[in-house]
Amino acid sequence: MRVHAKRALALVTGLLLPAVVMADWTMNMTPGVTGTSNQIFSLHMTILWICVAIGVVVFGVMFWSIFAHRKSQGHKAANFHENTLVEVLWTAIPFAILVAMAVPATATLIEMYDTTESEVDIKITGYQWRWQYEYINDGFGYFSSLSTPRDQIENRQAKGENYLLEVDKPLVIPVGKKVRFLLTANDVIHSWWVPEFGVKKDAIPGFINETWTRVDEPGIYRGQCTELCGKDHGFMPVVVEAVPEEEYVAWVAEQKEAAEAERQLTQKDWTLDELIERGEKAYASACASCHQPNGAGMPPAFPALKGSPIATGDMAAHIDIVVNGVSGTAMQAFGGQLSEVDLAAVITYERNAWGNNTGEMVTPKEIFDFNNKE
Amino acid sequence: MSAVADTHNQEHHHGPAKGISRWLLTTNHKDIGSMYLIFSFAMFLLGGSMAMVIRAELFQPGLQIVQPEFFNQMTTMHGLIMVFGAVMPAFVGLANWMLPLMIGAPDMALPRMNNWSFWLLPCAFLILVSTLFMEGGAPNFGWTFYAPLSTTYGPPSTTFFIFAIHIMGVSSIMGAINVIATILNLRAPGMTLMKMPLFVWTWLITAFLLIAVMPVLAGAVTMMLMDINFGTSFFDASGGGDPVLFQHVFWFFGHPEVYIMILPAFGAISHIVPAFSRKPLFGYPSMVYATGAIALLSFLVWAHHMFTVGIPLAGQLFFMYATLLIAVPTGVKVFNWVTTMFRGSLSFEAPMLFAVAFIILFSIGGFSGLMLAIAPADFQYHDTYFVVAHFHYVLVPGAIFGIFASAYFWLPKWTGNMYDETLAKTHFWLSFVGMNLAFFPMHFLGLAGMPRRIPDYALQFADFNMVSSIGAFMFGVTQLLFLFIVVKCARGGEKAPAKPWDGAEGLEWTVPSPAPYHTFTTPPEVK
Repeated sequence: MRVHAKRALALVTGLLLPAVVMADWTMNMTPGVTGTSNQIFSLHMTILWICVAIGVVVFGVMFWSIFAHRKSQGHKAANFHENTLVEVLWTAIPFAILVAMAVPATATLIEMYDTTESEVDIKITGYQWRWQYEYINDGFGYFSSLSTPRDQIENRQAKGENYLLEVDKPLVIPVGKKVRFLLTANDVIHSWWVPEFGVKKDAIPGFINETWTRVDEPGIYRGQCTELCGKDHGFMPVVVEAVPEEEYVAWVAEQKEAAEAERQLTQKDWTLDELIERGEKAYASACASCHQPNGAGMPPAFPALKGSPIATGDMAAHIDIVVNGVSGTAMQAFGGQLSEVDLAAVITYERNAWGNNTGEMVTPKEIFDFNNKE
Repeated sequence: MSAVADTHNQEHHHGPAKGISRWLLTTNHKDIGSMYLIFSFAMFLLGGSMAMVIRAELFQPGLQIVQPEFFNQMTTMHGLIMVFGAVMPAFVGLANWMLPLMIGAPDMALPRMNNWSFWLLPCAFLILVSTLFMEGGAPNFGWTFYAPLSTTYGPPSTTFFIFAIHIMGVSSIMGAINVIATILNLRAPGMTLMKMPLFVWTWLITAFLLIAVMPVLAGAVTMMLMDINFGTSFFDASGGGDPVLFQHVFWFFGHPEVYIMILPAFGAISHIVPAFSRKPLFGYPSMVYATGAIALLSFLVWAHHMFTVGIPLAGQLFFMYATLLIAVPTGVKVFNWVTTMFRGSLSFEAPMLFAVAFIILFSIGGFSGLMLAIAPADFQYHDTYFVVAHFHYVLVPGAIFGIFASAYFWLPKWTGNMYDETLAKTHFWLSFVGMNLAFFPMHFLGLAGMPRRIPDYALQFADFNMVSSIGAFMFGVTQLLFLFIVVKCARGGEKAPAKPWDGAEGLEWTVPSPAPYHTFTTPPEVK
């Protein structure tokens, strides 16, 4: 019996131990890496300890009554039911505590609202379900989407270290500079949050919100969308890479070059196979979350593309829907989101994938002409 | 005894009707009260089973049981059903049963409207729940249904959801009018306003809140209806509308709504604590004034739900200060309850256990509310599990424990039998442990950075989520025990005297148990 008991114990320990060792029982807010996040952290700790102190006093009195003033111990009830002095005191003292708390909170808030004198401006646009970052002073921008493979989410593959908190292209900012973020959204309301910066702001269609940060330590910082924005709300992380100044300057130069090269591609002569190959990638990042990787969609909100009259019928109508969207539905206008090359590639891919074997292709130049005709 | 109708002579005319028509056509406040309570418990189990789906999916990282679209439908329906189907009708049920008994009235002032306001509810929820089976699924945009996610991007069933909300609103407003008419007109001679039992006071104030804000909610959903079906652009930025307007209108309703869900519980607790402390309530007038102050302030704090939407600095400061101010009257109430217990002669039957847990755990919810009110810190807390922990701490041990405490307190009066005290205490302890296990870790999850309303999460949140799910399953299963206790009590048990609790005060304890079908046909005299 003892042997069995030992074996059982060993088995249970073996099963539980890795979990315990790997466990991450983080219980408190991060102090973060910016001035703002540190101030927030200290406000948080102050109010927490005030609450604990009040709780100890109030619950202390209560538990004393519970233990000492029991009927079962023969305690006779007193009969008092008012006392003006204590009632005034327990109204005035909490009020004084609140005023004391409001003062530092006001100071922090005023600082958080001061978005002036920024050195870098970045426009952040929320889309269902990815972020677009535009470096408005340098004339380039890109989308940042979840890079965790579907297989990890569906439990077919072991989950990576940064499961659900990793993207294909992070936002890059320089350390030691005041970076201003201008936030808006293209479809529904999103919210951009990086806990270690103490920055969270809603991205609202039709509005431009402002916030800022100054990060002093280089590093990779992760956050998430925090406003329910539809089915993949849990799958649009925020990743920010803070790099030293020189590295940032080099990176910006590289991005500008790449953007120029991308524009050149419109003029290139594309073959059907090249477009399909490129389109498959663009489809996976821009279209597949709604229309599904197999083109079956999720009717009625997200129609199927496989065998659909649009993807197999009139080319001009197909281009129009992808470029301009369908107003009043979840179909966005991708004209502003994808380059002409990617638009051409996606449309060509949709017309030739999943048995939509039309053999037709549209070139980036035709998309360019379509855009400029309007 | 004049307080009780002489049922022997008048049974033929005044007893309850037989069969289904008794329930369909009844205008009796006790029948309607029972129907409200049964309906609300059915909704509590339905909304609770949706919470079980949510917690099962969140048991481990990765998608296991449901897809994100269905997960969002579950969070949305769970919230809507619990708020509008479980908590609010339960308090209306308590009001129907107890208000006439407490003020010495023969019935509610508007009995036919009472019947109508109840029967609207099953219709509304039939419509709401049927959306789960429609093409495109049920509403999936959260119980706060922010536009444009709920308008341009909402599922086709949104129009049914709007209709259901309208019907619920009509029902609530009629119920509130009835409460006000009853309290203001049917009090026994001698019962001045400042002699009214606190449950009556808190319900009077709650009814005014309902009348003030339910039409605002109706306005918000009507604008949605127009945006979806008639081409207007109230909330659509591309048509010149304003998505933030929706949030202002919604929370102008939504914040008083949270007090609608807690004030009646405050009232009930103010009867239960003195009864089991065998000592009068400390500071009755300050309790009344504090309730009034909370109700007034609740209209001035709505934008604390919107600290991250980008309202101007001045607005941010105003709403922060106003919100902090609510802590003062709320503190007064907690201090009064604790002082009522102080130097009393305490015993801990089930109603008192739930009442004491109410005071402690609601205070914890109040503390996290105070933390959330600090606007700069709210940037870190907002829309994380910290908020989920906060409002479940105010609603579960607040509203729900308040309802359980009231149910055990008045069950002997309703059924004429004592409930099984051992089982009731078991129900309490399992609920208490389960609830804390489910919701306390959510504070840690939120502070560590887990957003709310996500079907899957990063690995560092795995451990506390598992703990939380275990607690939630425990809490959920325990509620079937409550059903068993109530059914057992209704079917028999030790006979209850007119006043089963030696420290209880009030007119409801002067009528026999069970309370006869008609009571106070001649009003009692209150000195």
